[in-house]
Order: sequence, then C-alpha cells, then structure tokens
Amino acid sequence: MEQSSNINYALIVKKDCPTCALIEPVIGRLAKRFTKDLEVYVQDDPTFPQIVDAPIDDTSLEFSYRNQIEVVPTLIRLGDEANSESRIYGWDKKQWQEFTGIEDLGSELIDFKPGCGSKTQDPGMDEILALRFGDKILQAREVELAEAEDEIEACFERGWSDGLPVVPPTALRVMRMLNGTHREADELIGKIPPDYAPCTIEKLAINAVMAGCKPEYFPTVITSAEAALQDKFCMHGLLCTTYFSSPVLIVNGPIVQQIGMNAGVNALGQGNRANATIGRALQLIIRNIGGGVPGGIDRATMGNPGKYTYCFAEDESDDSWNSLAMDVGYDRKDSVVSLFAGEGLQPILDQQSRDAASLSKSMAQSLRSVVNTKLFGLADAILVVCPEHRRVLMNSGWSKADLRNALYEELKTPGTDIIRGANGNAEGMPVKFKEKILDKFRDGGLHIVTTGGKAGMFSAVIGGWVASGERGSQLVSQKIR
Amino acid sequence: MNTQTTLLDPTAELKPVERQLLPRLASLDGATVGLLDISKPRGREFLDEIEKQLLEMGAQVKRYSKPTFTRIAPTELTQKISVECDAVIEGLAD
Repeated sequence: MEQSSNINYALIVKKDCPTCALIEPVIGRLAKRFTKDLEVYVQDDPTFPQIVDAPIDDTSLEFSYRNQIEVVPTLIRLGDEANSESRIYGWDKKQWQEFTGIEDLGSELIDFKPGCGSKTQDPGMDEILALRFGDKILQAREVELAEAEDEIEACFERGWSDGLPVVPPTALRVMRMLNGTHREADELIGKIPPDYAPCTIEKLAINAVMAGCKPEYFPTVITSAEAALQDKFCMHGLLCTTYFSSPVLIVNGPIVQQIGMNAGVNALGQGNRANATIGRALQLIIRNIGGGVPGGIDRATMGNPGKYTYCFAEDESDDSWNSLAMDVGYDRKDSVVSLFAGEGLQPILDQQSRDAASLSKSMAQSLRSVVNTKLFGLADAILVVCPEHRRVLMNSGWSKADLRNALYEELKTPGTDIIRGANGNAEGMPVKFKEKILDKFRDGGLHIVTTGGKAGMFSAVIGGWVASGERGSQLVSQKIR
Repeated sequence: MNTQTTLLDPTAELKPVERQLLPRLASLDGATVGLLDISKPRGREFLDEIEKQLLEMGAQVKRYSKPTFTRIAPTELTQKISVECDAVIEGLAD
C-alpha cells in the first residue's frame, strides 16, 4: 500500500453503484470523523461523492487494480506495524459500525445492501489493467507501425500472413489469448522446425490471435503445436516435401462441445470459427515461428487447400462406436488432438449398400486410389465415415475393428497385378513383389473417424503422405491439458 | 485505424524488425534492367548514360517513363516493369 503513515482508511466507490449512492451520508460522516485519515477513491466520476471535499480520481483504476478491489464500496483499514490490513465491502450496517468504531453510523439506512462489481472487474478490463500496471509478462519484440500504416496491410507486408488477412497481434489481444491457458507465457514448448527456433506459449498466443482464435481455443492450439513436435510426426520432413500433405487436425472429447467445434453438417467445410482458426493457427505457427514458408523450405509441387486450415471434430454421438482417440488408447472423457499428415478429401458415394459387407467393398475400392491404385504400403489414410454409413455398419453388427479387417482383406492384391509395367503402365510396385500378396496399407496405417451431417451416404478418404510410417510421419495424438 | 500501433512479432525474431530489401542480383550479365524516367528535366540524358554503361556490362535495358514526376507511377506501369525486368533503376534528376 503506497500510503503515508497517517492515513488510516481508504474507501473505493463508484457513482454508478446504487449501494455507493445509498451510503453517501455514511461517507460524509466518515470524512468528518477521520478527515485526512480517510481517502476516498472514485472509479467513474471524480465529482462523486459530492459530500466529500476532494475525492481522489481513480478513473485510471490504478489504485483499484493495485489493491485488488473486486466490489464497491470497499473500505480498507490500512495496516501498520501492529495490525495487518483489513477490509469490508458492500453495506452491512453492523459490520461498518464495528469496523469504524462509530456506533450509530448509518443508523438511518437499511441494514444491508450488497455492493456492485468494481470497474476493474468489467469484462476485458483485467488484461488492459495488467498491461498498464501489472508486471511485464510479454517478451516478444515490439514492432512499431508507421503513423497511418494499415495494421492488416502491415502484417501482409512483413510476411506474417498465409495469404488471408490476419488479426493484428496487439499486446492486449495477446494478453487475452494468454488468459485462455493456465500455462506461463514464457514456458518453452520446444523448437519449431524448420528453423528450430525456441517456441514459447507467448509466441503461440501471438499466432493464435492472428489466426482469429478465441482464448478458449488456445489450449487446443497449444496441444496441436506440441503434437506437431512429436518426433514420430516428422514435421520437418512433412513441411519440406514436394507432396501435397500437411497437418490435418482431428479433435476428440468433451472439448469439442465446450468450444463449439463442428462435427456435424459441413464438418470439413467452412463456417465454424473453432474448426477454421485452430487449424489455421497451427499453419501460422509453422510459418512464422518455424520459418516454414512456401517456396522456401516448403517445396510442395501443388500443396493443397488444407494448408490454410484443416481441422475438424469427430462425431461421438454414438457411444458404441469407438472414437479415433480411443483407438490410440485414450478414454472417451479425454480431450485429445490428433495430427495426421494428409491432404484433400475424396468422396465415397454409396447410397445402395444396406449391409456392411457391401459398403466395405465400396470403401475399399476408393481407398485403393490413395497415391496411385498401383502403389501399396506407401501412404497411410483416414477413412472418414459419415453417420449414415456408420448406421449401416452397426446395423450389420460390425465394429470399427471388423470394418478395418474387412478393408485390409478386400484390398489384398497379388503383386503381379500392380508391379511396374502391369496393365501397360510403367508406374507400380517394384518387380520383386511380383509373387507376393500385398496390403494397401501398412499395419496401423488405416485410421477410421466419423464426422458429418446426419443426412447423406457420403463417406470420404483423406490420403496420407507418401512417406508414412516409421521412415516418415505417423498419426500422433496428444491430450489437451 | 490507430495512428500509431504496436504489434508483437509473431516470428522467431531471427531477422531484424525493419523490412528487408529484396535479394540483389548476383550479376548483371544477361539481366534485363528497366530504367524509369520520372519525367523531370534532363532525366533522359542521365539515363542515356546509365544505359550505355549497363549495356557495356552485358545487361539488357528497357526504358520507361512516368507521366509526371508529381505522382507515384501508375499501377499498370509498375506491373509492366515487374513482369518485364529483373531490376529497375528509377532515374532522379535535377
């Protein structure tokens, strides 16, 4: 408390508070009794309370912030060597009388009236005051724009954008983003390829702001960045490849509903802020912190539109069908981010199959086309099952494991059919596989996830990177904390 | 829009905060260099001499001029130069 020793009381009020207005006669009485030993701070209108000669203007809220005022009125009895500081708030007649030692204080008033929220508690105010008066938390380099320079254009010009406008990362917006996590701003999460620059929670927050995330999405963004750093995801190689692939984010668990992600109609399309901005944030993190810029280290021949953002949630409305996160060992109650090195979306239309055996054949035929119908064991894939197809599968009594087994079985192909030169086509498997029966996907290389609207017998394939598996990238999952 | 805004750097801060110059040409040999006359008096004579020297260095030269020195170059002109040239010299005179 920055007070001279002769001050005994501080009272914090705001004019807009009916309780503060009610106790104005009490304030007058206290001012008369304690004279200069009472200081009255007013948060909104320095002419209030009129009964006091010189209320102290605290419209900056500095005093209120530093003294952690949550309710007005608050009366503080300042501490000294003998006594520690104590405070009361709201209006409770008996309490005020005992606290001040004035037996008939406010005797003409009602006994009790709760106070109002301090202006320091207004929505969004905490971060403003923390920036102005709090300890310095943000360490990132400050970039001063020229006078009248457009902030969004400035972000483009400095190379911070994926080609679409970004939200300018002001300190206030970054502070608000950081409030979305309990983790410290200066915590290092690792080194982001390809530059392998140390990455803090603050740097992630800056990029999450730019992507358009709400603070409540931030834990999912952090987790996606941590997942991308798992060695078996091979982010560096994925970034450098000439192939189409890029991270595909799939979110499971309670967080999906908590932050309003879309696992329903148009789940892989546009329009949902959480889906759109969480996926975009990871891409901006790789670009800005990692330095992975197209034409630089990113050598993709064509890329794919998912390199702007590729993020969706799984539909977990049917408890009897395991989620992707459960397939890799998590519980239904866990919130989990999975990353897959994938690209594009190829439809599987099947409106005629009424049993699982028939439907699985359609799915297998489409899965055969991943990378090239004659190339086996190169790329993993995700089979995205729509709710109507899931119903068909379950009506036949199939589990996800049954479906996967059937697909592997259906896709088994004699090498002679797909070796180089077979069918008049030079591309294909090396001739040494001629006598073998080949699997389209390596063990553990076919993932199955459910999402989408309730109507439409349209499932889909997300093809993986040609360097899937231990020599390249594998699906990684990480729990959100 | 604020008149003065401060943003936080989203990058790993490996490069200076000032905007960087574009990469310079390694050699003028075979490069096409545009000479932009801003239409001030005697600009042409100045650029004639520059052109002579550039040709001696093995560069090819294309000449352009702005309609008036009082305004920035029209978008069509800057686009034309960016498509046709590897580098540009903007000729100031007076």
